[in-house]
Amino acid sequence: MQNFSVLIGGKAGYGVDKSGTVIANILGRLGFFVYVYRDYPSLIRGGHTYSLIRASSEKVGSHKDGIDLLLALNQDTIDLHKARLTDKAIIVYDSDSVTSDTIPQGKDAIYIPLVKITQEDKAPEIMRNTCLIGAMCKVFGIESSLLDEVIKKEFSRDTELNLKIAHRGYEAACSARKLEAVSKKSLPVFTGNEALSLGLIRAGLKAYIAYPMTPTSPILHFLASVAEKFSLKVIHPESEIAVMLMATGCAYAGDRVAVGTSGGGFCLMTEGLSFAGMAELPVVIVLGQRPGPSTGLPTYSTQTELLFALSAGQGEFTRLVVAPGDVEEAYFWSQVALNISWKFQIPSIILTDKTLGEGSYSFDRSLAKDILEENPISWDHSGTYKRYLDTQTGVSPLAFPPERGAVIKVNSYEHDESGLTVEDSPATIKMQEKRFRKTVHLASAVDAYEPVKVYGNKKAKKTLLCWGSNKSVCIEAAKKLGLRVVQVAVLSPFPATRFKEALDGVEEVISVECNAMGQLARLVSEYGFKVDRSISKYDGRPFSIDELLEHINVIK
Amino acid sequence: MQDLNTTAINTWCPGCGNFAIHNSIKFVLTSLVGEGMPIENVVLISGIGCHAKIVDYVNTNSFYSLHGRVVPPATGIKISRPDLTVIGHSGDGDAYGEGIEHLIFAAKRNIDITMIIHNNRVYGLTTGQCTPTSPLGFKGRSTPAGNKELPINPLELMLASGATFIARGTSRAMEPMKKIFKEAILHKGFSIVDVLQVCVTYDNLYEYYDKHVYEMTDHDPSDYDKALARMREWDYNKDARIPLGVFYRKEEPTFEQNFINAPVSPDVRQSMVDKFLSEGA
Repeated sequence: MQNFSVLIGGKAGYGVDKSGTVIANILGRLGFFVYVYRDYPSLIRGGHTYSLIRASSEKVGSHKDGIDLLLALNQDTIDLHKARLTDKAIIVYDSDSVTSDTIPQGKDAIYIPLVKITQEDKAPEIMRNTCLIGAMCKVFGIESSLLDEVIKKEFSRDTELNLKIAHRGYEAACSARKLEAVSKKSLPVFTGNEALSLGLIRAGLKAYIAYPMTPTSPILHFLASVAEKFSLKVIHPESEIAVMLMATGCAYAGDRVAVGTSGGGFCLMTEGLSFAGMAELPVVIVLGQRPGPSTGLPTYSTQTELLFALSAGQGEFTRLVVAPGDVEEAYFWSQVALNISWKFQIPSIILTDKTLGEGSYSFDRSLAKDILEENPISWDHSGTYKRYLDTQTGVSPLAFPPERGAVIKVNSYEHDESGLTVEDSPATIKMQEKRFRKTVHLASAVDAYEPVKVYGNKKAKKTLLCWGSNKSVCIEAAKKLGLRVVQVAVLSPFPATRFKEALDGVEEVISVECNAMGQLARLVSEYGFKVDRSISKYDGRPFSIDELLEHINVIK
Repeated sequence: MQDLNTTAINTWCPGCGNFAIHNSIKFVLTSLVGEGMPIENVVLISGIGCHAKIVDYVNTNSFYSLHGRVVPPATGIKISRPDLTVIGHSGDGDAYGEGIEHLIFAAKRNIDITMIIHNNRVYGLTTGQCTPTSPLGFKGRSTPAGNKELPINPLELMLASGATFIARGTSRAMEPMKKIFKEAILHKGFSIVDVLQVCVTYDNLYEYYDKHVYEMTDHDPSDYDKALARMREWDYNKDARIPLGVFYRKEEPTFEQNFINAPVSPDVRQSMVDKFLSEGA
């Protein structure tokens, strides 16, 4: 298996993030599977920011500790990452910004005067990144035509100048390793946020409402950029409170709608979430997790909102909670969430995190399933319309204003079938039971979508248990150690039967979670399943493969 | 036309100012339907409080929202279906307290909805506390020694926020109120009517208003400065004459117009998604 990592680092404002995407696309065109981890602090200019691009001849979704090629736009990148260099690592650095005697001894080092080159061509300083990428291509013996192709696609502005600067970097470097294409199949690269957005559109999204918040702001940006193309209403209102309630208004008027936020914004949405439960208004909430409590580490990653998502909002109501594990699943589960929300008139929560949302992955279309968009049950125009008609499934036929002959009343109070407020005991019991009845039917609908997945050695007696973005790193570790992996994709309603089947023959369960409490471990214990060991990480960074292997091997 | 009454039992206190607002809105809706507006195009939205029960009492499409959250769903509904006539009923605690950010932003956006504020200047349903428009020194159950805050002047706030139709009525004068409601609903843009409604149980201001209100007859609502001066005649605190009528009116582009795009068929949508998925975002 070919497998290597490139790290490009600099300050915020140096175009490091964009560089990660460009490099991933170049390596993707050589047939590599790629994964990009982005590390940046909560600021606009300065600090240290880096993108770590891992390329592999097999599907990959995690980073490794060692760096095989270090691309340094500044001194910090050398100082902070030199300890991670592998034996045969190569360093390419800006000789105008890095002191050459700080370069570790015994490594192949190639210096390029990036400041000088950009100044000679009257290019803005930010184009040092394109110059460095050009140099990288030469170092790897990559054809310059491939470099051109990617630059043209990724830089719609100043394309010619970027090409020129990239070529100067290419010419200034020398070839050090010949990277052969591993496959003729070139996969496109997507972030989790992009794949999720496309899934929502595929499932008929009409409106997206959000207040900017890392790590889901890129969904807002992406959907705003394609709004006209897909006839989407994309709105950025005054607060997350407004976001959620506005979305319920869109749903009432018949538009398939989603909202996006992180933990802090979700706190503000909870009254609207509970309202959506009571009023039976379908809204999809994308909850991108980042470390708390409170502001915490705004630009880092976590898995701390599972229990919050399961119980957020006053009162008891039916909800779907799903946690995709990679880009193909982000595309798949966002379709399911939107479809299910409308089928059952319930709120759905898609749990992602910064790792998945802002990380880039090769997207394998053959693994990303499409689902059939189902039309919700509509009013048949007979008799008096009742918005909350009590039915065998608990799901009432829908009508949207303006509908001649129908009076469509939704209500945050307990209400009767026609939507008028009630407070008496029999009516309350009847309507509570009507709404709860949906849970049973929801659970059987979800069962068709493989809510629990098993990977690795399916007969192994030892299994890693994971959810969300830890899927990829767990699969890689399990492959190395001959373990099984059980991934829970649907967290509510909990697929207990499927989970039991997945654990068939397992004698030891090791949960892997990016939180301190072991939230999935706690959830499964409610259903009578025991987790033998918990591997927790709560520093805001995802597990590297090396780190996870070490944890699995150490705790015995 | 369908009967605008429902089977819900009315639980407002006898003498409540809400009855006048209820009768006025039913009258105006009937009149608009007579002029050709389909009743199914109307959606009433309310918050939580005594005012909010109005949606249970009018047999039209309705959205019984949360406290302070009348504007957001009204905005969502209007954006999704610009052909609907969207009328929000909200209380003073609801609109000027818990939900004031939404009201300011609705005015700022000039979304084509109408807000009717049942402003009785006291919390009724939570049994008698001061609100954002209660006067200084108001003795409510949360301020037994007297309210220590000055009230806001919601009309001035709305003018500063960009509202394009601002009016005041009173539940004591139904005929002018009906006229104002109809004008507000027909106004293309964000309209707000502050109704000085009386809570007979916790703050009976019938006599006070009778002595102080007057109808503006010589006012030019297209003049911003004059509108501001009229709004400042009474600050919701000190004794002064209280002008009633339309203070300000202006035509401006409306927010929901920005979201009208040609629809995309499911087939076209799916092929465009497939294109993205094969080429990258």
